[in-house]
Amino acid sequence: MPKAQMRRWLLLAILVVAFTVLISRMELWEATLRFLFPQESRVLHPRASLLVLVGEHIRLVAISSGLSILCGIPLGIWVTRPGGRNFLPIVTDLTSFGQTFPPVAVLALAVPMLGFGLLPTVFALFLYGLLPIVRNTIAGLSAVPADVLEAAAGMGMGRARRLLRVEIPLAATVILAGVRISVIINIGTAMIGAVIGAGGLGSPIIAGLVQDNLAYIIEGALPAALLAVLADQLLANIERVFAYSAETLT
Amino acid sequence: MIRLEQVTRYYGNTIAVNELSLEVSQGEVCVLIGPSGCGKTTTLRMVNRLIEPTAGHIFINGQDNSQIKPERLRQSIGYAIQSVGLFPHMTVAANIATVPELLHWEKSRIASRIEELLILVGLNPAEYARKYPNQLSGGEAQRVGVARALAADPPILLMDEPFGAVDPLTRERLQSQFARIQQKLKKTTILVTHDLDEAIRLADRIAIMASGKLVQYDTPETILSRPANKFVHDFVGTDRALKRLSRISIQSVIKPSPAIVMDVSIEEAVSVIGSRPSVWVVADDGRFIGWVDMTSLSAATSVREAIVPGDVDEIAITASATLREALSRMLGQGLRNIPVVDEKKHFIGEVTLSDVEAVTAETAETGA
Repeated sequence: MPKAQMRRWLLLAILVVAFTVLISRMELWEATLRFLFPQESRVLHPRASLLVLVGEHIRLVAISSGLSILCGIPLGIWVTRPGGRNFLPIVTDLTSFGQTFPPVAVLALAVPMLGFGLLPTVFALFLYGLLPIVRNTIAGLSAVPADVLEAAAGMGMGRARRLLRVEIPLAATVILAGVRISVIINIGTAMIGAVIGAGGLGSPIIAGLVQDNLAYIIEGALPAALLAVLADQLLANIERVFAYSAETLT
Repeated sequence: MIRLEQVTRYYGNTIAVNELSLEVSQGEVCVLIGPSGCGKTTTLRMVNRLIEPTAGHIFINGQDNSQIKPERLRQSIGYAIQSVGLFPHMTVAANIATVPELLHWEKSRIASRIEELLILVGLNPAEYARKYPNQLSGGEAQRVGVARALAADPPILLMDEPFGAVDPLTRERLQSQFARIQQKLKKTTILVTHDLDEAIRLADRIAIMASGKLVQYDTPETILSRPANKFVHDFVGTDRALKRLSRISIQSVIKPSPAIVMDVSIEEAVSVIGSRPSVWVVADDGRFIGWVDMTSLSAATSVREAIVPGDVDEIAITASATLREALSRMLGQGLRNIPVVDEKKHFIGEVTLSDVEAVTAETAETGA
């Protein structure tokens, strides 16, 4: 692994450790928030410790983003194959619709069917996160140069091999950029899960909004922002692993 | 080796290739040429089934290619295209290894094959094997493309304007390199081009196409001297006498010529010149250095001082050159005779303008 890349992973590891330490030191949070908001009777949300809340949040994002990736990438691949090309406009429209549909509205509609808690939240987040992934998968695969594909076919590579050895590696950075956007959006949007009891960092924020307690809001928002930054770094590093250009390789 | 029988291809209602029949014998280079849209690329791509014919059959070694699985067929046919289409995420070595890997060659065999091929196309394996395509110049990429097409040693080679996307100088180098490689490997080749000079230079037979039909299929000599109709006549142009010269080697007109070494006296030099305009000067080991003539000698105190130095690459030609190259060298340098050297730049003899003229006159008489 090149030195510059090693350094980026090292930096990320240090940041993750620092973040974990930060969120596990509740007394530090309490002291700081008490200092900032002396008028509040409580400065920490009583439901759970930050460590638990962050854990719930990560679980929420991991499940929904994981589903978005597992469905989005194959969907994007399928509509760029000869067999699925007819569905390309429909899939683009539907995923765009999923994106424009507010997640809160999805929640409201999903609760009667899926009940409260994790399931409807995951469903709403999954729909919301699908578009960037599908769209970037389509964009990445369509951008593979035609001459490269012709050469691959002309040398006798079969369809599957062409996809796995040529198209996906060449589209990887664009696809992963879509994943990155999707996950970051998801970390922010996952806050709404707290409304229907899915937990996560939304809990102190919603409580803070309801009880007009600024300390609660900061307790939830700050770790969420840091989490988004870390996730962004992690996915950026993964992107770089797949980047093939000679500059990044040497 | 490759036989097309009444091959037709429609695109919607447009006919791209119209009942084309053509046979390319083993080891021959067939160049498909014609104006844009004449169906030459479509024809080429039907051979390895990138395009399926609407009607007709193509036989490879007597076997109908529609009976061979496309992947299998293509793995046995080298394919090089104008835009090269190297895989940008793979090294030069990995690009070349593509077909051998498809054929499950052993790793060690692939490695030695890569080295062999890079040497064949004139790229240093130690330097180039681990480069990525974006680190190559246009000419280098084309050569890697050819190496990749040759990787699994296919008996057949299909090339679609393989030297099209490079500057004229590089193109000429690539062409002569390909001619040399072809002489050694004797691949049955179909090459598509729109460059007539390239066709004349490389082809054993030229197939001239127009609107999907084969107009004339013959050796370059015959096409130049006896165009089948007005279309071919116009296509090969009014300078076809000149073009014919690029099919004739200078071998027959190389004449031995006196040469002196630098250490001879002025008197000796003058006596060797005699009635000639000048005399060539060579080093002790026979390498070409330049020439002296009466004017330069009269102003000098020694032969060494009188030498008009000549850059061997600009003035001299090699024995494998064509009459056309010799003529263009003469016109370009303003010389009535030019020296001929071997690969080590050792002086062999000379070619004179009057001898080239004589051959030109001869071919013009036997020609149309």
